[in-house]
Amino acid sequence: MQKEKVITAKDLTKRFGDFTAVDKITFDVEKGEIFGFLGANGAGKTTAMRMLCGLLLPTSGLATVAGFDVFKQTEQIKKNIGYMSQKFSLYEDLTITENIRFYAGIYGLTDERIKEKTGLLIKQLHLQGQEKTLVRALPLGWKQKLAFSIAIVHDPAIVFLDEPTGGVDPITRREFWGLIYEASAKGITIFVTTHYMDEAEYCNRVSVMVDGRIDALDTPANLMKDYSAASMDGVFLQLARKAVRTGD
Amino acid sequence: MQPVVVEHIVQNYRTKKTVVAALKDVSFTVNRGEIFGIIGPDGAGKTSLFRILTTLLLAESGTATVDGFDVVKDYEQIRNRIGYMPGRFSLYQDLSVQENLEFFATIFNTTIEKNYDLIKEIYQQIEPFKDRKAGALSGGMKQKLALCCALIHKPSVLFLDEPTTGVDAVSRKEFWEMLHRLKLQDITILVSTAYMDEASLCDRVALIQKGQILSIDTPKGIISRFKKPLWAIRANEMFKLMNAIKEDPSVESCYPFGQYHHVVFKTEKDSKEKLENIGKDGRYTDVEIKPIEPNIEDCFMELMTN
Repeated sequence: MQKEKVITAKDLTKRFGDFTAVDKITFDVEKGEIFGFLGANGAGKTTAMRMLCGLLLPTSGLATVAGFDVFKQTEQIKKNIGYMSQKFSLYEDLTITENIRFYAGIYGLTDERIKEKTGLLIKQLHLQGQEKTLVRALPLGWKQKLAFSIAIVHDPAIVFLDEPTGGVDPITRREFWGLIYEASAKGITIFVTTHYMDEAEYCNRVSVMVDGRIDALDTPANLMKDYSAASMDGVFLQLARKAVRTGD
Repeated sequence: MQPVVVEHIVQNYRTKKTVVAALKDVSFTVNRGEIFGIIGPDGAGKTSLFRILTTLLLAESGTATVDGFDVVKDYEQIRNRIGYMPGRFSLYQDLSVQENLEFFATIFNTTIEKNYDLIKEIYQQIEPFKDRKAGALSGGMKQKLALCCALIHKPSVLFLDEPTTGVDAVSRKEFWEMLHRLKLQDITILVSTAYMDEASLCDRVALIQKGQILSIDTPKGIISRFKKPLWAIRANEMFKLMNAIKEDPSVESCYPFGQYHHVVFKTEKDSKEKLENIGKDGRYTDVEIKPIEPNIEDCFMELMTN
């Protein structure tokens, strides 16, 4: 049986003037998959991600996210995805529960459901007794774990994570991946970018962008075999060194 | 004379209700001509430490000297002889590449020509864009320009605060290659990073967490202090396998590391057989178990939990 596709992209392209930021990328992501989206700075990852999140209109090609068209149904896409990044996550001057309430409210959860979700989330993250703590007072690692849980508070089909673990200590970074695995086991698709190559190895499949194209896409094990590399770091270095264009 | 001496530095940040301890009695010494890494996650106190040593922040207590000068009394001399690249891009965005470099050369009473040898290799990479405004450069090029500006007066000590944060694996590698070439020019380099794998590129490192130094040594020395045997295991279902290992009472820690989980047992007698049994009980396939050498990240996590 063929698995349900949460993302389909065919020849998806974005040009800014005469610069082709994303150059005919074609790939699918399956339901519940942890999909690693790698590439050097400037390879086109952010532009591709913005198109998939319904924030930027593609120049040409086709793509659907959670069954919705990236050209015509961007509002439906936004309702059915979650998003978090290292930079943008939570409101620092709201408490933990206020943040949960705020985001859950924006995504249209009922009061009853918000209450239920809040309890569940506090318990899952072992934050009992800290409900009224301002998010500002939380260590970075906790913030990121909370931000992830809030990004999936509306049970989206897919969550986009843009370098979610940058600067996080090594133990918390691993706890964060524990949350990713749990969400994936519940059927939420994970689309993640990272600069940590060991994290690339936790993904079911990984794509590597070079100069706007997807130059490699496979399971980490197959990529390591194909590129005769002992780790994803070796795969990434071989691919990224081919890049002609520089910078962000 | 040691280029950097830090003794019992304490720094707290206060708000109306709370006190945040940023540095708790930090002491270390950096030797001439070495690359000394301050390795730790965000919030460990790295930037506070750099700001104190570059005379931009007064410590609450403790003393520090840079090139023999006191960071409080002799701040002018220190500012003349150090180079500092802050974590946030702090050049003039509305000046061009060349104007920024000229500006920094001028305020340090020197010229680009005089110390061109030092920056030549790095500057040549951004020279094609010398008339572009700094604000319009890509991240990698900004980083190179900032390094040139920090070097243009031939500092004796270079302070680099998280120069590789948010930088991809290839550019990070190139940046470290540049640092090793600078080291050959007799510049002492103090560099901070949250990437544990960069520790092995330093001569010596201080591992720092929550304002406290966990360990100071050469990367090899830190690894040699990891006393217990370390095992790597992998199988077909890694997440299930990790939970099964963690449930075993004889296991001290189990952390995922790329394709493997790294496992430490509470006592040395529990080892390979134990892992083999867990593999058999869970009916995993493709099980591979091997003893391995710890890396800096293993050591950091062990020190964090002790």
